[in-house]
Amino acid sequence: MADLHTKIGALELKNPVMTASGTFGYGLEFADFVDLAEIGGIIVKGTTLEPRQGNAYPRMAETAQGMLNCVGLQNKGVDYFCQHIYPEVRQIDTAVLVNVSGNSPETYAECARRIAELDDIPAIELNISCPNVKQGGMAFGVTCEGAASVVKAVRAVYPKTLIVKLSPNVTSIADIARAVEAEGADAVSLINTLMGMAIDAEKRRPILSIGTGGLSGPAVKPVALRMVWQVFEAVQIPIVGLGGIMNATDAVEFLLAGASAIEIGTANFIDPAVTVKVARGIEDYLDRHGFTSVREIVGLAHEG
Amino acid sequence: MKKYILDLVLRRTTQPRPGYVLLQLTDPDKPLPEMLPGQFVEVRVDGSPTTFLRRPISINLVDRQRNELWLLVHAVGAGTRALAALTEGAVVNVVLPLGRGFTLPEEAASEWGAASERGAASSRENLEAQSYLLVGGGVGTAPLLYLGQELAALGYKPTFLLGARSADDLLQLDDFRRLGAVHLTTEDGSAGERGFVTQHSLWQTATFSRICTCGPKPMMVAVARLAHEKGIPCEASLENLMACGLGACLCCVEDTVDGNVCVCKEGPVFSTDKLKW
Repeated sequence: MADLHTKIGALELKNPVMTASGTFGYGLEFADFVDLAEIGGIIVKGTTLEPRQGNAYPRMAETAQGMLNCVGLQNKGVDYFCQHIYPEVRQIDTAVLVNVSGNSPETYAECARRIAELDDIPAIELNISCPNVKQGGMAFGVTCEGAASVVKAVRAVYPKTLIVKLSPNVTSIADIARAVEAEGADAVSLINTLMGMAIDAEKRRPILSIGTGGLSGPAVKPVALRMVWQVFEAVQIPIVGLGGIMNATDAVEFLLAGASAIEIGTANFIDPAVTVKVARGIEDYLDRHGFTSVREIVGLAHEG
Repeated sequence: MKKYILDLVLRRTTQPRPGYVLLQLTDPDKPLPEMLPGQFVEVRVDGSPTTFLRRPISINLVDRQRNELWLLVHAVGAGTRALAALTEGAVVNVVLPLGRGFTLPEEAASEWGAASERGAASSRENLEAQSYLLVGGGVGTAPLLYLGQELAALGYKPTFLLGARSADDLLQLDDFRRLGAVHLTTEDGSAGERGFVTQHSLWQTATFSRICTCGPKPMMVAVARLAHEKGIPCEASLENLMACGLGACLCCVEDTVDGNVCVCKEGPVFSTDKLKW
């Protein structure tokens, strides 16, 4: 039985399988289907300083091997999370992380500062890559200066593990990764969704309410894998890989490309029990190939 | 209510009308879980390369004696066409039961009882005085069959008002007739009265204490308006585009007096005075 424990900065995970923000609610929505304690980490939905209504309906379009969404960070705000959600999710026997978003370095930092006060939230994932909000979000994630400014502000007030979620909608994701590493990020997670769109030919209009949205699902996996590969060669900090992971083999490919842990997103919609299956499948893979720890295969495809 | 991921077996597939398929599914090993009228299931679609997400489909009927779940599918896109092409014996993966269904008489009576602050005896009278009108359009009639069955099982005689484009789009009429009076409208006059459900003469003569509706949005909006004018509580079942079906992805939101809420979790059935449509 191979050891599945892994580390992201100071954050220790019982296995490398986490859930991607915005695809697993607060975890509790999936408790009928999986033992949440068997998941390595749960990253709860994007949280902002102030409540947000998100974008208008329709927010979703199915595409070939994937889907587009333009939810736009609908959430009840960080104070609501601290008062009403945190008391429930802290009971879950696994690492619970909060995905933090904002519209200025100051609002990101203030949101992070309030979450830092919650004892049982060991890390945050900083979302500088949401393609669906007008102000902030991806605007910070597509330039080195923008990314650095947010990480700098948050790093100053947030002492625990800081993971920065990167946008794939850039020319060089390695450059962005280096910029956030230089400002003290403990890890990077990638990729957020790829910007895309869908048009209804009969109605001759975009399907999504704001025209464009973020593409996720198996369709983006080769792009995500390539970016994890490139970022692994560019930075020293750990990488959390995500983008279209549907099964354990997909997850292993991300580990081999350089990810220390992975996130499962859209696949949760197809199989609400997929997370636990992937964790067990990674273990099977390690056993089958004679590895004693999942840490042995991180970045292994780069050797030789 | 506990949710399950189940591999069901397709026991029978029939075409009630061209373009529509009735899937009668069973669990060969154990009784089907508790499911309520108005709830829905998310069906995984295998063997269709262009279909990625599950398809949300309303519960058409639960037959406890035969341990069957009925899904009525209108084959309009790649996903529903793939479901329509399934053959008997096929394994169909479903997540169920999802969402909040129609308010059943006990709950409805307790709501009214609390409002009127009357004693138990008179609330029993209230309960007996309740008359349900179930208004459906097109394939939106599907969940009304299960609702009608459950109302009938509780001792009520539901009245159905079903509308469609033409007689060819009216589904399961024999099943509805076993449960209560059925009134029809068609846009082309090929069955029942010509016109929309809201134009039916029934509205002039009969009165109801509660209305439940499912069908195209414009129809439900019109039914809700009529119900509001008459002061009758009304519930509508929405079918927004959705992905997860569990309240996790926030894609299927509807604008309500409580803000944007997930149709898959807070609905699909809503009291129409909560909706901002």
